[in-house]
Amino acid sequence: MSGRLGQVGQARRAGIPAPTGQLTVPEVENRADRGKRARVGWRGACGRLCLALSLLLPAAVPGGEARPLVDDPVLEQRLARLAQDLRCLVCQNESLAGSRADLAEDLRREIRALMRAGKSDEDVVAFLTARYGDFILYRPPLRAETWLLWFGPLLILMAGGAGLFVYLRRRTAQRVPQVSAEQRRQAEAVLGLQPGGPEQ
Amino acid sequence: MVPELGHFALVMALLLAATQALLPLAGAARGHPAWMAVARPAAAGQLTFVTIAFACLAYAFLTLDFSVENVAHNAFSQLPPIYRFTATWGSHEGSLLLWILLLALWTVAVSAFSRHLPRDMAARVIGVMGLISAGFLLFILTTSNPFRRLDPVPADGADMNPLLQDPGMVVHPPMLYMGYVGFSVVFAFAIAALLAGRLDATWARWSRPWTTAAWACLTMGLALGSWWAYYELGWGGWWFWDPTENAALMPWLAGTALIHSLAVTDRRGSFRAWTVLLAITTFALSLLGTFLVRSGVLSSVHAFATDPARGVFILVLLTLVIGGSLLLFVLRAARVGPGGTFELLSRESLLLVNNVLLLTAAGSVLLGTLYPLFLDALGFGKISVGPPYFDAVFVPLAVPLLFLVGVGPAARWRGESLPDLARRLRGAALVSVVAATVAVTMLDSWRPLTGLGLFLALWIAATAASGVVERVRRARGGWLERLLAQSTSFYGMTLAHLGVAAAVVGVSLVSGFESEQDVRMKPGDTVPLAGLTLRFDGLSRVEGPNYLAARGEFTVVRPDASTFALRPEKRLYNASGMTMTEAAIDPGVTRDIYISLGQPLGGGAWSVRVYHKPFVSWIWFGALLAAAGGVLALSDRRYRLRRQGAYRGAARSACSETAATPGSA
Repeated sequence: MSGRLGQVGQARRAGIPAPTGQLTVPEVENRADRGKRARVGWRGACGRLCLALSLLLPAAVPGGEARPLVDDPVLEQRLARLAQDLRCLVCQNESLAGSRADLAEDLRREIRALMRAGKSDEDVVAFLTARYGDFILYRPPLRAETWLLWFGPLLILMAGGAGLFVYLRRRTAQRVPQVSAEQRRQAEAVLGLQPGGPEQ
Repeated sequence: MVPELGHFALVMALLLAATQALLPLAGAARGHPAWMAVARPAAAGQLTFVTIAFACLAYAFLTLDFSVENVAHNAFSQLPPIYRFTATWGSHEGSLLLWILLLALWTVAVSAFSRHLPRDMAARVIGVMGLISAGFLLFILTTSNPFRRLDPVPADGADMNPLLQDPGMVVHPPMLYMGYVGFSVVFAFAIAALLAGRLDATWARWSRPWTTAAWACLTMGLALGSWWAYYELGWGGWWFWDPTENAALMPWLAGTALIHSLAVTDRRGSFRAWTVLLAITTFALSLLGTFLVRSGVLSSVHAFATDPARGVFILVLLTLVIGGSLLLFVLRAARVGPGGTFELLSRESLLLVNNVLLLTAAGSVLLGTLYPLFLDALGFGKISVGPPYFDAVFVPLAVPLLFLVGVGPAARWRGESLPDLARRLRGAALVSVVAATVAVTMLDSWRPLTGLGLFLALWIAATAASGVVERVRRARGGWLERLLAQSTSFYGMTLAHLGVAAAVVGVSLVSGFESEQDVRMKPGDTVPLAGLTLRFDGLSRVEGPNYLAARGEFTVVRPDASTFALRPEKRLYNASGMTMTEAAIDPGVTRDIYISLGQPLGGGAWSVRVYHKPFVSWIWFGALLAAAGGVLALSDRRYRLRRQGAYRGAARSACSETAATPGSA
């Protein structure tokens, strides 16, 4: 039973409207729970919900152009750019910019405050790494222990390129006697094939 | 009763897999026809029992048998039937069973289509696949039994992860696994060839269609996964460089290299040892992907260390498979001849460059994925390797690779003169530079990477078109006849390359020009977006089968005043109490409109995220084209002809690999 009550609270927090048509009834049967029925008080929620639902009638409300969620779009863009390279610490693998987790929300607010206080991006990153460590950075800093990470791809490419070069040199050096163009044309004529060219 | 039946079927399948592995391999080694003949019936029997086990698990899920631990943890009484069925492979244990089922399916397919192979070759291939299957069956039976019972039986289950309750998840995992597991076929062919000591071009011809089929499945699996992430995770990204994505991307990159290298070995007999090594690498990366995703090592190195049974088992399996096959390779590959010769500039050498670039990309993904795990395990602390790293590594590799997609098919086998090649590509270069310049000047703002991406896409498309034109011009007869005279594998390749071009268009434009607005909307409020007007009409309440949702009612008004509706949802799942964001998308050829609901802000207002994503659907459309190209290449006449008199044909072409074979297709 407590689970169901908890869920109603959750539904309210998640902003899910109460069932329509039963709004004036303070005790609402929750239809979602199809098996065992539980009667749950909506009285406390009714004030806010009724207000919310009175706004459900679109024609009645003359709307304006929606305001951006935040007042300072320039700052917000700066935040978005920075937060894209930061990790939401409590999520599976999401950036701070994309995450809707509460902690991400809080951190964004905090970064906003730091930016408003005139801190540079570097200051913000320094503050965050001091508090949470390098784990928060999606772009790992170049240090002794990340040297291999950053230069590894180049090393692989160079090793592959060098191997390829040596292999090709050796292959072309031990070439078997080549057929001349004239011989090839003759051979193709004999075989009834079309003269050379790229073939699949 | 039914779960016990399933468990018993798994034990039977293990015994049959062991039989399928040991007898045919021993028979092939000692020239014992009766032992080799066991391969096919054992494979069929194994498939039968694995299917029974899978059906038993599916039955337990469909009937919600909560006495089975796996069902209790991954299903819920209100879960709709379709998701009860997909929950069968939603868990660790179930997905392993799916892995084994698909492996048994591939094995039976191989045994059905391998009648033309020499008896010992077929026996070895099926035997090697039996070994892999036995390893996985042993794994599932000892560490991950999907049929384990619970006592006491819980009244209800914990529900499937809401993220997975989605139509995309019905198709994505089987498709992805078809690809992963499909690479076991080319691996088995490679090992069989090494065991037999017959590393000639024939094994490449035999395994080529299987590799293409697996690659097409993996391509579709990856695309479906990316599409699912796009619409389900609620913020419109299409690739996250998540370790689980990387786990699937690595075998794809290696498999793409393998397809190209197999083409050379098949057509020209060159790179035989290299192709075998690539086949081993590709399957090893598939196994590694399974290990990374399934051992729990990704979420936490320490969780892995405290409950190591599963992880250590896969690690041992991985070491045995990779170590064993590399050892075999070292022992046998030295005897391989060099195959057909070629010049420094030729299609062969360009394909080798393709291989180097693709493998460097795969190696970099591997490095970026494993590096944090190693640092953490060695006590250097936790770091994150995310999109900034992978973007920095990938773009410089992708640019030359995409450029070569245009050059490679235009170059001749054996040898090519640079002036000739340049002359053939002149037209395409001109067209693509001019078209890219025009396109870039039409765009609002100049972004170098977008311009480069558009140029490369146009370059691939133009060279593909000129390739078709050139081949058709050289053929005889009327134009329709000439078009039909080209092989389907040529068209398959062209289509796959066009798919790459389409995906590059999508990636370039969406990363350069997508826009995002975070707004606060009361009912009646509007947002202008790319010439459209979005209006928030309010919320409605939706009761799903196992969730409760607030649905935002949005109307989108076009410039001509016509409208359509978009309905994003915020769902609260009953069993887990998790809230999920269901975005609403209006997909289009040139743009997607993407809305997702944020948080209620009080007073009926909501935070709403609105995205405009130009050309984003081209990414998945491109992947679809590429996979379709693979399917088209599969239907090539060469493979069908082969079935009749084929061993002779394959052997002949292997002998004549140094002879020029122009015009054949």
